[in-house]
Amino acid sequence: MTSSPLIRALDRGAVAFILVLVAIGVLVPALNLLTAESSVWHVPTYLVALWGKYVCYAILALSIDLIWGYCGILSLGHGAFFALGGYAMGMYLMRQIGTRGVYGNPILPDFMVFLNWPELPVFWYGFNHFAYAVLMVFLVPGVLAFVFGWFAFRSRVTGVYLSIITQALTYALLLGFFRNNFGFGGNNGLTDFKDILGFNVQAQETRAALFAISVLALIIGFFICRTIVASKLGMVLVSIRDAESRTRFLGYRVENYKLFVFTLSACMAGVAGALYVPQVGIINPSEFAPANSIEAVIWVAVGGRGTLIGAAIGAVIVNYGKTTFTSGPLAPYWLFLLGSLFVLVTLLLPRGIVGTVRHYSGALRDRKASAAAEDGITPNEPAPKAAE
Amino acid sequence: MDMRTTQALLYLNAVSVSFDGFRALNDLSIAVEAGEMRAIIGPNGAGKTTMMDVITGKTRPDKGDVYFDGSYDLTKLDETQIAELGIGRKFQKPTVFNMHTVEHNLLLALKGERRVRKTVLWREGVAEQSRIDEILGIIRLGAVRSRVAGSLSHGQKQWLEIGMLLAQDPKLLLVDEPVAGMTDVETHQTADLLKEINKHKTVVVVEHDMTFVRELGVKVTCLHEGSVLAEGTIDQVSQNDRVVEVYLGR
Repeated sequence: MTSSPLIRALDRGAVAFILVLVAIGVLVPALNLLTAESSVWHVPTYLVALWGKYVCYAILALSIDLIWGYCGILSLGHGAFFALGGYAMGMYLMRQIGTRGVYGNPILPDFMVFLNWPELPVFWYGFNHFAYAVLMVFLVPGVLAFVFGWFAFRSRVTGVYLSIITQALTYALLLGFFRNNFGFGGNNGLTDFKDILGFNVQAQETRAALFAISVLALIIGFFICRTIVASKLGMVLVSIRDAESRTRFLGYRVENYKLFVFTLSACMAGVAGALYVPQVGIINPSEFAPANSIEAVIWVAVGGRGTLIGAAIGAVIVNYGKTTFTSGPLAPYWLFLLGSLFVLVTLLLPRGIVGTVRHYSGALRDRKASAAAEDGITPNEPAPKAAE
Repeated sequence: MDMRTTQALLYLNAVSVSFDGFRALNDLSIAVEAGEMRAIIGPNGAGKTTMMDVITGKTRPDKGDVYFDGSYDLTKLDETQIAELGIGRKFQKPTVFNMHTVEHNLLLALKGERRVRKTVLWREGVAEQSRIDEILGIIRLGAVRSRVAGSLSHGQKQWLEIGMLLAQDPKLLLVDEPVAGMTDVETHQTADLLKEINKHKTVVVVEHDMTFVRELGVKVTCLHEGSVLAEGTIDQVSQNDRVVEVYLGR
């Protein structure tokens, strides 16, 4: 605790993880753009987009791990913040279509023309500017989380009760966004995007760039989370997770701490959603489905709750599994596989993948240290010479 | 409150609390002087823990006044504000941060910055380190300072929690059953520890163990059905017929 915040945040594991991410963020786009399609080293564009999607899921998982793993807030509605960030980006992309839509209206997106809307609703103003859309990517999930958290944490709603109302939150948004008169394209959502900042979203180069930016966002998000959990703030969060009333009786404003991480986490989820939409090419209300949010929690549990790195790895592994299994003969059984995965992880690997590895490597180190101590040799001292 | 209403550090006047019709506290009045150590005894359900809850802001009384330092009305404040005023509490069940090391438990309890944005860039100073060393000496946990608190024995956890109270540097310590589950030696050491702490702080101890209460050698208040049954030295109280009848047994 005496070292600087930067050194505390970047322990060996964190540095290794960031280096791996940098390598992935550089190599995948490079192998896609710079190698010939016939080369064995070539990464096809569809894979770049697919892995880009996984990276966005990893950011979402990281945001969940920050609040669940370290502060004990189990949000089963984090998909809502992800989707809101996605919609903010989707609205920008819709405005970029311009006259290239089916109806050729320069201002109104197609679905508004179809619904005979005379003019653009006020809440769509400004989304033709990229900077405004980016601001909204942070602001909309952030403000919603702040208001929601302010009421929930002040009223000391905790545990399953909080989880249930986060489910209700995302379900309410799901129902709202399904409605045509809500102004976000109803059940079709927003799609048929053309450009982002003047670049074609379908283009190979744009996809490669979006992938690299997503990896960069994951690195930044990971660094922010590491800085927090390695600081005194992180210690207080763990204290709240393990003994909330003790923390309160020590004079900490528990609700302020929770509100801070919850809001930050919602902003991270929003960024994940915003990066996800241009790579997937669509955002619709199904992203608000409660099941999505629960699935994201499963990623974190599989990878290892309270490890950060595990959350990101869990998101990639489960989604890779999902892609593999849902395209083969096992497709109808995917949900059963996912369900049994969660049951098995809870029973056999309660610490998750990374948590288990860390636990056993830590235990091994302790055993070596105590074995050395029993031999009368401490690791720092030279062995005593045998008596002659 | 502009003026001090009482000389006592802690003053409860006619406090009543009901849970679903059950009167946990019934017109309870107690005054604890600054610098005093007070032992609270009484049978299960006498309202000892509820009294602690009222003082620390966990439970709001239905009626009555609770004044701290003569000028703070504790019934208007929440747990955090009361902790900031200088009231520390040890729970009945030892409650420490199991995943943190002994040292970090004390660090978190140390008086100091509690605001969110200040804690991100916070760095430990020399003064804090020496204060932690000092407390580790007082609670005799210096040898296990870097172990996680979850791996401590029951008695060590009790001491750690008392150490955390000390780190808070409160004016008043509320200590709920500090020797529950301790061996005789540990009980004896805890009595010494509390006596040592009492040299600088006001202490209220709730305890069942009469040997321990006798060893403390302080004024004793016996609660029964939410109000004071008897008050005085341990000998006076233990000879009181009503106390013998409801609590000590013949």
